[in-house]
Amino acid sequence: MSVLRLVDVTPAAEEAPLLSVTGVSRRFGPQIACRNVSFDLWPGEVLGVVGESGSGKTTLLNCLSARLRPDAGRIEYQLRDGRVAELFELSEPARRMLMRTDWGFVHQNPRDGLRLGLSAGANIGERLMAVGVRHYGGIREAAADWLDKVEIDVARVDDTPQNFSGGMQQRLQIARNLVSHPRLVFMDEPTGGLDVSVQARLLDLLRGLCDELGLAAIVVTHDLGVARLLAHRLMVMRGGAVVETGLTDQVLDDPQHPYSQLLVASMLQ
Amino acid sequence: MSDAVPTGNGGYNFAYLDEQTKRMIRRAILKAVAIPGYQVPFASREMPLPYGWGTGGIQVTASIIGRGDTLKVIDQGADDTTNAVSIRHFFERTAGVATTEQTVAASIIQTRHRIPETPLQEGQIIVYQVPIPEPLRWIEPREAETRKMHALAEYGPMYVRLYEDIAQFGQVTTAYDYPVVVNGRYLMRPSPIPKFDNPKMDMSPALQLFGAGREKRIYAVPPYTSVKSLDFSDHPFTIERWEQRCAICGADDSFLDEVVTDDQGGRMFVCSDTDYCRSRQTGQAAE
Repeated sequence: MSVLRLVDVTPAAEEAPLLSVTGVSRRFGPQIACRNVSFDLWPGEVLGVVGESGSGKTTLLNCLSARLRPDAGRIEYQLRDGRVAELFELSEPARRMLMRTDWGFVHQNPRDGLRLGLSAGANIGERLMAVGVRHYGGIREAAADWLDKVEIDVARVDDTPQNFSGGMQQRLQIARNLVSHPRLVFMDEPTGGLDVSVQARLLDLLRGLCDELGLAAIVVTHDLGVARLLAHRLMVMRGGAVVETGLTDQVLDDPQHPYSQLLVASMLQ
Repeated sequence: MSDAVPTGNGGYNFAYLDEQTKRMIRRAILKAVAIPGYQVPFASREMPLPYGWGTGGIQVTASIIGRGDTLKVIDQGADDTTNAVSIRHFFERTAGVATTEQTVAASIIQTRHRIPETPLQEGQIIVYQVPIPEPLRWIEPREAETRKMHALAEYGPMYVRLYEDIAQFGQVTTAYDYPVVVNGRYLMRPSPIPKFDNPKMDMSPALQLFGAGREKRIYAVPPYTSVKSLDFSDHPFTIERWEQRCAICGADDSFLDEVVTDDQGGRMFVCSDTDYCRSRQTGQAAE
């Protein structure tokens, strides 16, 4: 499936990567969290980052999403107008604008990504209001539309996510991120903490949305099953460094690096 | 504006504050006027009354008042409530200035919770006592973050609150301290005045100064500056209405207080602005 998708990419989009990462490193004191990571992400592509706990996946994701400044390296992003900008050379307002319009960030724990005291509608509408939408009816319509897309009953638009199940909260978080039509979504263990049947449904939904909207995504996960379902390409990390990259099926079916082999071998069949 | 000679007021400097403090506050006021709606930090002094009773407003008034000024102090619209009486008395004793209860006769009006019904004039200054100056405070608790939000004019979260009100109650339920945007730029808390008074701030010919003593902030709306209450295009800002008229003067255009008159359920609606009510009564008596 992933091979097919790669062929699908339009020639225009192929001219320049959406995100181009060169030599990103980040350390916390003596602890090296992520070392010399480089890769390109193309429009519409889903990149999986896998590795065990402590391998630097989340630090990398935080650097890429401009939440954490890397110690070294460049992260270049192709803006909507076609210009390519280094994230940390952008002005802060521009970066913040990027984060809440062109990007999405799906947290592992929906409590980090949602405003639990606000209604589902307000959670979805927040981004719209942040970019200056001032029509209540329009915001409400968009909220209902997105609730429907993520398979939440529209009647719950005025309920607070506090009373939602874990899976619903996660789906709401996704809707809240996608309402601004981002081009790139960062996901940190999007299915962590959900039971298996809910995971499957969420993965199905995510895959559908990525296809439908042509989203590029970087998905951090320790679950190779999730990676196989969502990602076109995989990056295996260990001790802060990337040990292997390749198409998902290729890495999972024929791992080259001993650590990747170990990871694949320890996967529950 | 004033000189430093103590004039038989118990050894206090004119208008209580020392001259250095007044200069510091005036500087903050000038900056506040230059950037309408922006909260200017200032070194708020210890005042001889508790925080929350108008320390910010008193410091602003003390810094701008001169011997030729006439002061009016209102609390909830009334000239005769405890807070208004004691602040008026405070300035009578420490500055020896003339005081009045008439809006038209005052050059400085210090207020808590109301803007007078009588339209303010050019040359008048209205000083608001502000408990919490930060409009984003209940949305974002971190001061560093709210300052950043102001700097970048990121006011979306405020609209989220309005959205939530309309979604839950069908209308915006904020009835006082209703957030406004000043001069198309800064989000501002107009202090706890009823939203009924918000339209009076827009393009007002008077200078409006806001002092928050505990939070140590001063901000201002210069004369003839736009002050727009937040709303949605399909849910425009509205003000309170009453089905009654004032039981004393019969006014139908003023902010009415509901007064319980007995324990049998008796009640009446009267103007909260006592001066406005009185002037209407004397006008009626003269006719």
